[in-house]
Amino acid sequence: MSSSEVKVLGAWASPFVMRARISLNIKSVDYEFLQENLGSKSELLLKSNPVHKKIPVLIHGDKAISESLVIVQYIDEVWTSSESILPSDPYDRAIARFWAAYLDEKWFPSMSKIARARGEEEKKAAIKLVQEGLVLLEDAYTKCSKGKMFFGGEKIGFLDIALGCFLGWLRVTEKAHKVKLIDEAYSPGLVKWAENFCADAAVKDVMPETDKLYEFSKVLMAKMRAPQKPA
Amino acid sequence: MANKVVLLDFWVSMFGMRARIALAEKCVEYEYVEEDLRNKSPRLLQANPINKKIPVLLHNDKPICESLIIVQYIDEVWTNKPSLLPSDPYERAQARFWADYVDKKIYDGGRKTTWSKGEEKEAGKKDLIESLKVLEKELGDKPYFGGESFGFVDIALVPFSSWFAAYEAEGNFSIEAECPKLIAWVKRCLERESVSKALADPKKVVDFVNTLKQKMAA
Repeated sequence: MSSSEVKVLGAWASPFVMRARISLNIKSVDYEFLQENLGSKSELLLKSNPVHKKIPVLIHGDKAISESLVIVQYIDEVWTSSESILPSDPYDRAIARFWAAYLDEKWFPSMSKIARARGEEEKKAAIKLVQEGLVLLEDAYTKCSKGKMFFGGEKIGFLDIALGCFLGWLRVTEKAHKVKLIDEAYSPGLVKWAENFCADAAVKDVMPETDKLYEFSKVLMAKMRAPQKPA
Repeated sequence: MANKVVLLDFWVSMFGMRARIALAEKCVEYEYVEEDLRNKSPRLLQANPINKKIPVLLHNDKPICESLIIVQYIDEVWTNKPSLLPSDPYERAQARFWADYVDKKIYDGGRKTTWSKGEEKEAGKKDLIESLKVLEKELGDKPYFGGESFGFVDIALVPFSSWFAAYEAEGNFSIEAECPKLIAWVKRCLERESVSKALADPKKVVDFVNTLKQKMAA
């Protein structure tokens, strides 16, 4: 199958896009990465995700699949000869899906609040919320990993991908606000897990360097704070 | 092996209705437990400490939370009956995408239409109608969202139909006028016993909203 059969529409800095790329790497699927310019969305993006107009989009032949966690499950179900991404037991799958939903609906939005906080009090409150979430995730890690290296066991799986994709931005947040989020004190398991995740063969080439992401975040912040031009 | 299935639920919840439909489709015997959401039971708080919400499915005392996750779990465990999700990976991806769309758009639009005032209410109503139209377009001329068979997206959306009368009363509009094909689909779904038994009576939902609003205003 030629690599032009599989395309990922995305952006190097997006954690959601990273989920798709890590999954394809786990399955050893060659793909073409089409970098979107977020200032102006491409025709291909608007055509393949007309409902949300967002990245990532996976294009497989003539099919377009949107929503990062839907994409990861699709990849897992199509390329079945390689390692499974989702657990095989239905209860473990339900737990993995639950925590992935928690990350998207609660935890990642709470991390975004740190950058948007106005004043020290708001920032402190936002940081506390993220740290409380990480305590919950540490507990989930202990239960899911059952003594192994990853949430998925010996190899990275669905929940590793769902959380691990945020590590770049997490490190940028730690650097920008001079705070420790994943900390030995209350999440020692996650400290080790994060190292192992980033070193994984499926991850290391798509995880952005913290410094590069940090510089990019400053550009984004400047844009956010600039007076809005009328559309 | 004993198969103890308990559903912690609240009669008017669209999310709870999804679980009820799925259990009925698979002919699973279960104990239905009505939770008092103003006074949540220790069992609920222990089963869902993160979100403290219903529905929660307890399968041999193991909790499963989040309605769409519950429906997928039910589908994957009780395999003796037809699957609720399609077998083709692309069709499954489409089903998951549209169920996620229902979660992102319909609940919020409906909530604002019902409980908000002024600009927020109008914005909610606009979003709700627009999103229902997108779903109606996706349904097209198919009997169900997945095609010939009743399935995942139907289960995700049809419970909201029990709230349509309440949305219409609060928003002063007609969903049938805006989305006639969708209403026809609702009626088709209601022909299934799993759906008609699971859904709350729309008149009772209207009463529920009115009673709650009176309490809030007092």
